[in-house]
Amino acid sequence: MSMAKKTGFINRDLLLRAVKDSFLKLDPRVQIKNPVMFLVYLASILTTGLYVLALCGIKDQQPGFILGIAIILWLTVLFANFAEAIAEGRGKAQADTLRAAKRDVQANKLADPSDHETVLVVPSAQLVKGDVVIVHAGEQIPADGEVIEGAASVDESAITGESAPVIRESGGDRSAVTGGTTVISDWLVIRVTSEAGESFLDKMIAMVEGASRKKTPNELALQILLVALTIIFLLVVMALYPYSAFSANQAGVQNSTSVTALVTLLICLAPTTIGALLSAIGIAGMSRLNQANVLAMSGRAIEAAGDVDILLLDKTGTITLGNRQACAFIPVDGTDERELADAAQLSSLADETPEGRSVVVLAKEQFGIRGRNMGQVQATFIPFTAKTRMSGVDTAAGDEIRKGAAEAVKEYVLSKGGVYSKECEDTVKSVSNQGGTPLVVAKNGRILGVIHLKDIIKQGVKEKFADLRKMGIKTIMITGDNPLTAAAIAAEAGVDDFLAEATPEGKLELIRSYQKQGHMVAMTGDGTNDAPALAQADVAVAMNTGTQAAKEAGNMVDLDSSPTKLIDIVRIGKQLLMTRGSLTTFSIANDVAKYFAIIPALFMGLYPGLSALNIMGLHSAESALFSAIIYNALIIVALIPLALKGVKYREIPAGKLLTQNLLIYGLGGIIAPFLAIKLIDMLLVAFGLFI
Amino acid sequence: MSEAVLQYILYVVLLIGLAVPLGIYIGKVMNGEKVLLTRVLSPVERGIYKVMHIDPQEQMNWKKYALSAVLFSIFGFVILFLLNILQGFLPLNPQHLPGTSWHLAFNTTSSFVTNTNWQAYSGESTLSYLTQMLGLTVQNFVSAATGIAVLFALIRGFIKVKTDGLGSFWADMTRIILYILIPICLVLSILLVSQGVVQNFSPYETIDLVEPITAGDGTVITQMVVPQGPAASQISIKQLGTNGGGFFGVNSAHPLENPNAFSNFLEMTALLLIPVALCFTFGRNIKDKRQGIAIFLAMLIMLVVCLAVTGANEAAATPQLSQNGAVDITAGAGQAGGNMEGKETRFGIATSATWAVYTTAASNGSVNSMHDSYTPLGGMITMLQMMLGEVIFGGVGCGLYGMIGFAILAVFIAGLMVGRTPEYLGKKIEPYEMKMAVMVCLATPVAILIGSGLATMLPETMQSLNNPGAHGFSEILYAYSSAGGNNGSAFAGFNANTVFLNLSIGLIMLFVRFVPMLATLAIAGSQVKKKKVAQNAGTLPTHNGLFIFLLIFVVLLVGALSFFPALALGPIAEYFQMLG
Repeated sequence: MSMAKKTGFINRDLLLRAVKDSFLKLDPRVQIKNPVMFLVYLASILTTGLYVLALCGIKDQQPGFILGIAIILWLTVLFANFAEAIAEGRGKAQADTLRAAKRDVQANKLADPSDHETVLVVPSAQLVKGDVVIVHAGEQIPADGEVIEGAASVDESAITGESAPVIRESGGDRSAVTGGTTVISDWLVIRVTSEAGESFLDKMIAMVEGASRKKTPNELALQILLVALTIIFLLVVMALYPYSAFSANQAGVQNSTSVTALVTLLICLAPTTIGALLSAIGIAGMSRLNQANVLAMSGRAIEAAGDVDILLLDKTGTITLGNRQACAFIPVDGTDERELADAAQLSSLADETPEGRSVVVLAKEQFGIRGRNMGQVQATFIPFTAKTRMSGVDTAAGDEIRKGAAEAVKEYVLSKGGVYSKECEDTVKSVSNQGGTPLVVAKNGRILGVIHLKDIIKQGVKEKFADLRKMGIKTIMITGDNPLTAAAIAAEAGVDDFLAEATPEGKLELIRSYQKQGHMVAMTGDGTNDAPALAQADVAVAMNTGTQAAKEAGNMVDLDSSPTKLIDIVRIGKQLLMTRGSLTTFSIANDVAKYFAIIPALFMGLYPGLSALNIMGLHSAESALFSAIIYNALIIVALIPLALKGVKYREIPAGKLLTQNLLIYGLGGIIAPFLAIKLIDMLLVAFGLFI
Repeated sequence: MSEAVLQYILYVVLLIGLAVPLGIYIGKVMNGEKVLLTRVLSPVERGIYKVMHIDPQEQMNWKKYALSAVLFSIFGFVILFLLNILQGFLPLNPQHLPGTSWHLAFNTTSSFVTNTNWQAYSGESTLSYLTQMLGLTVQNFVSAATGIAVLFALIRGFIKVKTDGLGSFWADMTRIILYILIPICLVLSILLVSQGVVQNFSPYETIDLVEPITAGDGTVITQMVVPQGPAASQISIKQLGTNGGGFFGVNSAHPLENPNAFSNFLEMTALLLIPVALCFTFGRNIKDKRQGIAIFLAMLIMLVVCLAVTGANEAAATPQLSQNGAVDITAGAGQAGGNMEGKETRFGIATSATWAVYTTAASNGSVNSMHDSYTPLGGMITMLQMMLGEVIFGGVGCGLYGMIGFAILAVFIAGLMVGRTPEYLGKKIEPYEMKMAVMVCLATPVAILIGSGLATMLPETMQSLNNPGAHGFSEILYAYSSAGGNNGSAFAGFNANTVFLNLSIGLIMLFVRFVPMLATLAIAGSQVKKKKVAQNAGTLPTHNGLFIFLLIFVVLLVGALSFFPALALGPIAEYFQMLG
């Protein structure tokens, strides 16, 4: 299943399910979790009660009016439920697919890990941490674990959506396997690392479904504000009754303010728009992250992503293409450039690494040296080893060609009695200074020259980093290169800083020092040695291909294992907070217009002068109340797409962003309801509901 | 008209000109830096610490700081309450005034302990010299000092990192009273005495009227009693400490409390001086002057707008006063013009309007004109400033910490809109701070709504009213706004000395004083533990025009949303009635 493919959020099944859920959510135990909407819920019950009383003759308003208000209040509650249900819908669909992968299988438990024959067949649910199982080709891996023996290709599409199988083997950084994935070839012996019910897949299901969704600190803080506003409005409305009774008494008239009208005012004023959409916004944010194929272990992590101001990016794969490419042949000691190219090409013919292939390509481009067949030239390929740090060929003619790191070739030529000239040393240095990797080529103990291997900066990263800088996010390149090379690449890519010759300890130290200065740091990692740094970072994205230790240390898992994902994660985090803030502003700003609709409606009878406040020119007191409360309900529906999609996000400084959002959601929030309420009022009159 | 505008500008400019250096001085004093008076006062200061066993270096956590402030207030409360009911048996009572009723004593005590100075009594006919001096004047000093001390605890909460000490409440109080309040009061009292404000222990004098008055019931009045007393010393602190409780019942409209234009200028400037200065102190002491200036500007802009609305409305007067043109109410050489009802001819429109706006902005509550007689919109502004929670400069210390509560709300919403979890002055705003900030900002609306709601339900409230209809409602609303903003001024017509009004207003004053104060200290206590967040382009600036605008917007929005219906039934209804 690919999460990225199911992006359309309007889908018939989803809609039907959401409609059904909207009614199921009328359960008071569900409603009470959202205090603002719970108030609307109570108001709906109250007005329904008032209607029944009105039918029995106890009334302060026409029964038809009360019924109308009651119906709209119930609709308001349902709309809020619907917003939440539709946001949950996508997650639920994902969870269903994941659940299908998580069926109970029979596991072959080994009593003795070295004896692969004696197996005990147990259901996967009964496996406990530390059990050792063997999984053969075609079988599903029964639980999360660590490969302790063997190597196999594994189909992880159930989790990542990626259909190409991946290699899992014991030792190293590719030893983690996930329950629910399938071994395609060979076999693996796995030590189980999680209990049933706490596996990665379980967590994933819980997260996408939103079952374990807890309110994040930021959401709680916002809720406090909303509840406080609601309490104030409750008091405003409660005080308004004696105020109006007092004023009516002073004027010597009957108090015309009805409970229904006051309830209408209360619900209009309460921040119902944001109250109704708040949980939908949170779920949708999580869902957007899932669509980016990232799994957050908590909602807190997404919000933290919005605050991140330091990104630690691995050079390879994020800033540069994974492979270096040959870009020049630099002959030394009077060698002919063509001779160097010829030797370099010959030595790289059998070199299947991307670097090796790029040497062949360059020789062909620059000198038209055609590709030769290894058999044809009757040469023996000498592969690269960690010990010699060189590769090359021995030809039938007796030529010995070697290429490799400067230090290694130097040693080689000196041992052959050759010289390592100053010119060569300078060339090597100059290539390094330019951010390149020098490969020295020698033939029969004599140095011919240097191949300049260059890191290729990915397209568009420089602009991306400039945007990030505008938002106050600093990018730091992490690389194993020496400081000179790193500095050159850093300058070319436009990162703010770099950490050269990076070690896991170095990374950890870097993160700590930034955090001490008050920064929030995000990083990605995959290896076990990344785990301490991942645990320290505020936002830590572990690659799905990474080790179990890395995954446990991180607070997000990138199922695509893409190093650029961090930038998307920050964007999603910010967008989530912005959506919340913008809709809150909109919701509160709306109250201005609602006051202008309702206050004159309530008190025009008492003080005719107050009709001057009816600047919308609404038809009558009743139509004004209806228009306001209908607007209040409809705006929830109208804003559901925005809540799900998130507000528009651009990489600009905070001040500008605020101005922009204040104009759209603040000023817009003041103006829009004036127009909409007037329009609704005109429609109500046009349809003859008010005469 | 242009002369009046010049007058307004002059008042504001002089105020700011005096406040800036004072702000720096206060900042230095509170940091324990050396100032001009250190030489003279530091032996006294050290002596006080020694006698009282105060460790000036003590770092109290917020709970201890709060407990000290509360216990200190309770102590002051008990003393003042006893003085009120027992004054008949105590010395310095030449008029032989009896003890007050328990509910009036409760109201007066709450009023002075909370820096409100709501006066349900009339000074010269109710309280002895001893009660005024040992009770009220002392509370004027210490309640003001408590507000300032809490502000400094909050400032330390923002600047200190990962610790929990907010300083010593006792040392703060000592410094504020010794270095700030007493020296300025001394200067001000002498200046006031030089202008004719009384300062003696003489019994009241009876004099013959030059022109006898015939009262409504036909009795002819030929004599009047002129009250005396140690007025100047109390007046200077009631102005400086945003207390506002006058020595005499009609407050600074009384000729012996405020004899001439110069004394009026002194008193009027004094009432906003420290609140304005504290904005600059704030910027200085958190080591980012721009933050202080931003808050100052937000307050100033609101003050100037209020001044403009009130000034314009009072100068324009009403169609009823001009009797549709039959009466000349234009300003000229011989008359002040405009709405002079309830205003002293000594002061005129501009000076009265400025005082009215200053005093309701500053949570002071002293008056030199009767707000009850203002035009509907002019009077509404004075009411609105109190409803906003007294954060347009507000009370000494408490006005600024109230505004910081609003700043926290503003950064919260704004921070979300730029995609960051919010922070203010480098400290993160989390649910705990939000809870507390909400209490700081909403205590006033809650108190006013509940209080006035209850009062309008009681039939006996009607008897306290001076006017019927919308204006009568305004009187009730004003009384509760005044208590709910810890202001203390009143719409003059309202008779507040009843059991219900004394109790409810007393309770409200205590509520709106101590809930925000404790919440502020809680914020300080939680902020001081946090690390400082690094600033960068993604940080929302809180010192630029946009933030100032946003802060004003949040303050007005909370106020408007809470009180629009109430104002619609009071001053707004009255305004439209006035238009006919």
